[in-house]
Amino acid sequence: MNALVAVLDFISQEILNVPAYLIGIVAAVGLIALRKSAGQVIGGGLKAAMGYLILGAGATVVTASLAPFGDLIFRVTGAHGVVPTNEVITAQAASEYGTTSAYLIVLSFLIMLLLARFTPLKYVFLTGHHMVFMATLLAVVLSVGFGPGHSALVVAVGSVLMGIIMVVMPAFAQPYMNRVTGDDKLAVGHFNTVGYVLAGALGSAVGKRSRSTEDMKFPQGLRFLRDSMVSTTLLMLVLYLVFAVWGMIAVPKEELMGVFEGAQTSDTYGSYIMAAFAQALQFGIGVSIILYGVRIILGELVPAFQGIANRVVPGAKPALDIPIVFPFGPNASLIGFIASFVGGLAALALIAVWFGPAWGMALILPGMVPHFFDGGGAGVFGNATGGRRGAILGGFVNGMLITFLPAALLTVMGSLGLANSTFGDADFGWFGSIVGLLSRLGAAGGSLTALGFGAILFAAAWWYQVRLVNNGWLPASERAALQEANKAAATAS
Amino acid sequence: MNITCVCGMGIGTSMLLKMNVEQAASSLGLDAEVSTADIGTAKGAAQSADLIITSAELAEELTGLSTPIAVVHNFTDVSEIEAALKEKTQ
Repeated sequence: MNALVAVLDFISQEILNVPAYLIGIVAAVGLIALRKSAGQVIGGGLKAAMGYLILGAGATVVTASLAPFGDLIFRVTGAHGVVPTNEVITAQAASEYGTTSAYLIVLSFLIMLLLARFTPLKYVFLTGHHMVFMATLLAVVLSVGFGPGHSALVVAVGSVLMGIIMVVMPAFAQPYMNRVTGDDKLAVGHFNTVGYVLAGALGSAVGKRSRSTEDMKFPQGLRFLRDSMVSTTLLMLVLYLVFAVWGMIAVPKEELMGVFEGAQTSDTYGSYIMAAFAQALQFGIGVSIILYGVRIILGELVPAFQGIANRVVPGAKPALDIPIVFPFGPNASLIGFIASFVGGLAALALIAVWFGPAWGMALILPGMVPHFFDGGGAGVFGNATGGRRGAILGGFVNGMLITFLPAALLTVMGSLGLANSTFGDADFGWFGSIVGLLSRLGAAGGSLTALGFGAILFAAAWWYQVRLVNNGWLPASERAALQEANKAAATAS
Repeated sequence: MNITCVCGMGIGTSMLLKMNVEQAASSLGLDAEVSTADIGTAKGAAQSADLIITSAELAEELTGLSTPIAVVHNFTDVSEIEAALKEKTQ
C-alpha cells in the first residue's frame, strides 16, 4: 500500500503539479485523440512542455527589465506604474498559478463544448492564447479571493465561469460581427468583446452618414508598426527614456544612480541613459522569447482542441482571434489603433492628475500589443456601423476602457497586483474584477455568488441569441440602407 | 514541402491558417510540413520554407524574398487555400 501511495504522491506532486509537464501531457493526449503517429505524439508533447519552460525563461528577462522601470516611475511620480501585457503577466503568474490554470483550460474547454452542443450558444472558442490568459486570470483572482488551500474549488468554479464566458462573449458580438463580415459564418473569440460591441454601438449612434474608412488613402509609412517586435520595443524605448529624463530633472542624482544597479558602467548621466536604453531593448527581447514559447505551446494545443471540437459540435461557429476582421477594414484597423492609443493616453492623463492622487489608482501606461489588436478591432467594428466617425470614436473609447479596466483589475490580484504588468484587454478587466470581488466573500459565499453571476450572464446571452441573433437582427440598418441608396444613385447617374 | 503561415503575432490567425492549410494539403495529396511565424521573424523563417502563405497586407511587407508567396484573403476558406496551393505548386 505504501508503495502505491508513494507512486501516486510522486505523480501528483512531481508531474501533475508541474505546469510544463501537465501542458505536455495535455498536448500528447490531444494528439493521440487525433490519431497522430507515435513520433508526432512524443514530439508534440515534448515541444509543448518546452514551450512552457521557454515562457518562464522569457518572464525572467521581462521582469528584470520592468523592475527598474517600476522603480524609476515610482521615484519620479510616486505612483505604481504598470504596462499591461497579457503574455508578461501570464508568464509571471506561471510558477504559482500555472498548474491550476492548466487544469482550468482543459476542464473549461470540455464545459464549453457541452454548452455549445446542448444550448443555442453554438460557438467554439479557438483563440488559444486568450484561453491561456483567461485561465491564468481566473486562477489568480479566485485563489486570492478564496484564500489558500482551495485549489480544487478554484478549478471547479473557474472552469464553469470560463466555459460560460467563452460562449457568451461571441454571442454578444455576433450581430456586429455579421455587419462586419457581411455574412454569418464567423464569430469573434477575443476577450476584448466589450470594446468591440461598444465600438459597434457607438458607431450606430454617431455615424449614420459618415463615409467608410476604406474610401480614404492611408499613409503607408505606419505599416512597420504591424511588426509587434518593432512596435513594442519602440514604445518601451520612448516610455523608458521619457521617465529616465524626467528622473534627471526631478530626482537627486545620488538617488537616481541606484535605479539601474549593475547595468550602469559608471555614475554618469550618460551611463544612466544608456542603461535605460538597454533595459528597454531587454523588454522587447523578453516579450519575443515569451511569444516564441506561446507559439510552440499553441502549435500543439490548438489543432488538437479544434480536432476534438469538430467531432463533438459539428457546425458550430468558430470564434476566432480578432485579426480575422482586419481584412474587412485595413484602414479602419489602423485608425482604430491610433484612436485607441490616444484614448489610452487621455485616460492615463486622467489617472495621473485625478484618480491616482484621489484613489491611489496605478498608472496604466499604454501597452502596444493590446492597443494594436483591441483598438484595431474596435476600429473595424466602429467603421462597419458608423464609418470614419464610428472608427475613431470606437477606437478612442476602447483605449479608455483598456486603461481604466486593468487599473480596476489590479485591486483584486493579490500580490500580483504589485507586479509591473497586468492583463490588457477589456473582458479580462471587467470579468476578472467582478469575479475577484465576489470571490472575496470566501470559499462558500464566493463560489456561490460567482457562479450566480455566471448564470445571469449565460441567461442574458441565451435570450440575446434566441431573440436577436437567431432572428437576424443587424445593427445600423439605417446606415446600410442609406449606403445602398447612394450606391444605386451613383450607378444610375 | 515546407510551408510557413505568417500573421502579425504568429499565434492567432496564422495558427488557424496552418490548420486549414494542412486540411487543404491533405485533400490535394501534398506532403506538407506547415509551420507558423510572425511578421517579424517571417523573413528568417522563409529561408527554410518552400512556400509562404499570408494575407494581402502582410505580403507587401515580405517583398524581395526568393521564396514564393501565396496570398489568401479569407483564412477560413479551405477551397480558396486549396486553389492558392494548387497554383503555387504547379
